[in-house]
Amino acid sequence: MSATRMQMLSSRSVRLLSRGRNEMLAGRSGAQRPGGDPRTRSLTCPPLSSSSSPGRALSSLSATRRGLPKEKMSENGIMSRAKVLTIDTMNPTVKKVEYAVRGPIVQRAVELERELSEGMKKPFAEVIRANIGDAHAMGQQPITFFRQVLALCSYPELLSDSTFPEDTKSRACRILQSCGGNSMGSYSASQGIDSVRQDVASYIVRRDGGVPCDPNNIYLTTGASDGIMTMLKLLVCGEGTTRTGVMIPIPQYPLYSAALAELGAVQINYFLNEEKCWSLDITELQRAVNEARQHCNPRALCIINPGNPTGQVQSRQCIEDVIRFAAKERLFLMADEVYQDNVYAEGCQFHSFKKVLFEMEPEYAETVELASFHSTSKCYMGECGFRGGYMEIINMDDEVKDQLTKLLSVRLCPPVPGQALMDLVVNPPQPGEPSYDTFIKERTATLSALAEKAKLTEQVLNTVQGISCNPVQGAMYSFPRITIPEKAIKEATEKGQQPDMFYCMKMLEETGICLVPGSGFGQKDGTYHFRMTILPPTDKLKILLNKVKEFHQRFIQQYS
Amino acid sequence: MKQLEYGALASRANQIKEELRKSVIQSGVRRHYKEVIDVSWGDSHRAGVKPLTFVRQVLAACVYPPLINSNNLPLDVRQRAQKQLGTCAGGSVGSYTETAGVSEIIHSISEFIKRRDGGIPSQPENIYISAGSQWSIGNILHVLVNSEASPKTGVLIPVPCHITTAVSITGLGAVTVPYYLSEEQAWALQVEELQRALESAKGVCNPVALYVINPGNPTGYVQSRKSVQEVIRFASEKGLFLLVDEVYQDSVYGENSEFVSYKRALSEMGPPFSGTVELASFHSVSKGFLGECGLRSGYVELVNLDPAVMNYIQTLFSKDSSSPVLGQIALDLMTDPPKPGDPSYPLYNQVGTLELYLLRTSQHYVAIHKVVENLPGLSCPPIGGGFYAFVRLHLTPKSIQKSKELGLQPDTFYCMKLLEEGGVLTTPGCEYGQKEGTYHIRYNTQIEYSDLRKMLLSIHLTVAVMDTRV
Repeated sequence: MSATRMQMLSSRSVRLLSRGRNEMLAGRSGAQRPGGDPRTRSLTCPPLSSSSSPGRALSSLSATRRGLPKEKMSENGIMSRAKVLTIDTMNPTVKKVEYAVRGPIVQRAVELERELSEGMKKPFAEVIRANIGDAHAMGQQPITFFRQVLALCSYPELLSDSTFPEDTKSRACRILQSCGGNSMGSYSASQGIDSVRQDVASYIVRRDGGVPCDPNNIYLTTGASDGIMTMLKLLVCGEGTTRTGVMIPIPQYPLYSAALAELGAVQINYFLNEEKCWSLDITELQRAVNEARQHCNPRALCIINPGNPTGQVQSRQCIEDVIRFAAKERLFLMADEVYQDNVYAEGCQFHSFKKVLFEMEPEYAETVELASFHSTSKCYMGECGFRGGYMEIINMDDEVKDQLTKLLSVRLCPPVPGQALMDLVVNPPQPGEPSYDTFIKERTATLSALAEKAKLTEQVLNTVQGISCNPVQGAMYSFPRITIPEKAIKEATEKGQQPDMFYCMKMLEETGICLVPGSGFGQKDGTYHFRMTILPPTDKLKILLNKVKEFHQRFIQQYS
Repeated sequence: MKQLEYGALASRANQIKEELRKSVIQSGVRRHYKEVIDVSWGDSHRAGVKPLTFVRQVLAACVYPPLINSNNLPLDVRQRAQKQLGTCAGGSVGSYTETAGVSEIIHSISEFIKRRDGGIPSQPENIYISAGSQWSIGNILHVLVNSEASPKTGVLIPVPCHITTAVSITGLGAVTVPYYLSEEQAWALQVEELQRALESAKGVCNPVALYVINPGNPTGYVQSRKSVQEVIRFASEKGLFLLVDEVYQDSVYGENSEFVSYKRALSEMGPPFSGTVELASFHSVSKGFLGECGLRSGYVELVNLDPAVMNYIQTLFSKDSSSPVLGQIALDLMTDPPKPGDPSYPLYNQVGTLELYLLRTSQHYVAIHKVVENLPGLSCPPIGGGFYAFVRLHLTPKSIQKSKELGLQPDTFYCMKLLEEGGVLTTPGCEYGQKEGTYHIRYNTQIEYSDLRKMLLSIHLTVAVMDTRV
């Protein structure tokens, strides 16, 4: 049967990517990509503790969903047969997966909401979920134009409805024409709808001041995380000291640590510099990669810009330095740029890795491998529920591309409404079109409100003794450092909890505010943080910040 | 996945479509057809079936809530949209949902399963919604397949089998252990064959799971209750986890065929089976009479899993953020449709009900079967359900020789001919796996009747072409 072809998938994809390495080992450079002067490097490296304390997040879980199935079925069963799938037989790499943003604290928040709805008395009236970058959940309004077009695409009979502006109709027709059977209910190509990929490419050209973009390099995805996961799958291979290592920032967005754990890759931490507004130091990258080479094979470098959870925006110079570093160390660059429109601080500007790369000398522009990710979930759109996203892949080997397409096709295709939305995001109303003014008004209102809230958050948090917060230059979060008294640390340790988990759990129980502890993102030993979104409406955010302030003061008092 | 063989066909189909578009102006290209009929996908809308009005109206109102206040849509649609939005954070379909899905929708699904299974309870906590059934299969496989084990983990899969799951299995570093469905017995699943397959794995891998597709894809075989019970006994005896793809459960139309879910059969078997055999059952909005593949929405129901393992499954699903919200709403509409008395019911009842859907489907199938039966060189056993006809091609040695010269699989060559001469895009059997020396094509039968007739004519034509010209 077609088994031979299928088998190529896993093993071959790995082999293809690793070929570069093997060839280099053998000292052969000719087969490299044209123009790619193969930089030599030492080939072995150090392990890195693969993340925070294993099993911690899972042990303290509440009963809602975890600890589950009270199966009716097993009640009548005599356990005559051991389970096939147990903790001992399951895939060991899955056990290492943790995902703080939806971890135990969120489970507890859900439980508290239920208890509140059942009339239980709590010291607060509602649970405020400031744990996740979910703008609409916090009351942000969707962009009218996007939703009108999507409604027309969902139910095309509305095209005869005169209340919809003409440009929304022409847009809907254009999208439907590129769908099989003119329906969003059809599968698209695995890589995504052709016309959407073309629009994404034109958007990138405009964004990057004319730097060319080939639609064949665009892959639509189910949110950015799908793309990130898929690229990591392609990259990870090897055993022991040749096992793939992937460099990620600390603090990081836990998708990365979770994905690396799931794939059994080696996580290589590089620390962002909190003292310098969470900036990225090349010397720190160098330290991390040098140490890592002693026990794994570093092959990729992940950058989140603007940063999540740290909110820093990289300068152009810094990006150039990172690219040079990646070239020197032969690392595949993964640029998570989903917050590209969320830049607030004066003097900060978003520079895409793609643009900077293409403006550098050919030895970089033509060789450094790069994947850049974007989505519909953040920026001014906040449309997380549609799971729209894309990635642009630069300088990737053609044979590996074939494998990528195959890997993506296991999901059949990304959700078509999400693709349609992505299309609208990259190709919004133009001046002169009926929807233009409203669109601009809505977008500006959302972005300036976010900028205001970024500033407000930083200001208020910095008035609290024992909390210090870097400027939120971009993205949607503040990641302040908190002082936790020794007594509290001791109590947390006794409970088997990270001190900042203990802190956040206590804050949740006392105030109803749901934050994510810094330990879920990674932080320097002995420092403690939490991540809080800046998304609640301004008046609510003020109350929230005040509650955080009061809680912190109470907490310090209680434990000193 | 449909990569090499199908890829060549699909790109040729695109070329022809382009030529046909241009020939409207140039009228230079001589063809017997004006458009390409694409029946290569299990995709109803692509094949011309219209989406259900009720479903799309609710989705439109959820996407653009001002429609809830307009008189353009029926009252129950507006109420339903209001209700759905009430379950979304911030009242927007743009928000994330809980990891397993919107809890109200999970409850609708569990009620639906209970009704379907004659009252056997279904625990909402055991249900996870995902971006299509393949996504959940991937996640469950990921827990099952020990990527570090030696020998490798094995999963028994049917042959023929749609290729997606097989790719997921090998992609995770496991080994597929093929068991052959019996074409002579209308593609029946035989336990002796499972036994043989399991033995063949000895020394090669460590089989932990058995993947079953019921109703079958591409074969359309529908398992009887007895057959399901036999498979469950086999899984129990051999210590295999059951992965059951039941996405075609609404498409059972064969005489004397009935869909019996594995969950139901398992429960009715009683102890020791009912409390021990581990089962994951998959369903989606992509097939059946919704046919909403593009929304990417499906669910898995897990039965008898170790609670400790469930913890990790929760974490694994949470990493995917949440599944597309419009798709989740479509699942709700599928599992909790309009009821008699609702304004949308009459129209829904006209086009949407299962009975009518099945009637249409079975008419299609009968029509196909009649033609196929009477054509020399083609055969297709009577089937019970599913979305496809998987037709055996009895090719002449000459045509096999010719295809080899062209470097094509014989059934790919046939598909190419069918495309060139008849304007119909199908998939070759080699994409699904088949017994050595047998050749097949698969096509979607869920298409508009007029297209179906054209397609049948094309097949007729091509068989003749193959015999005369090759």
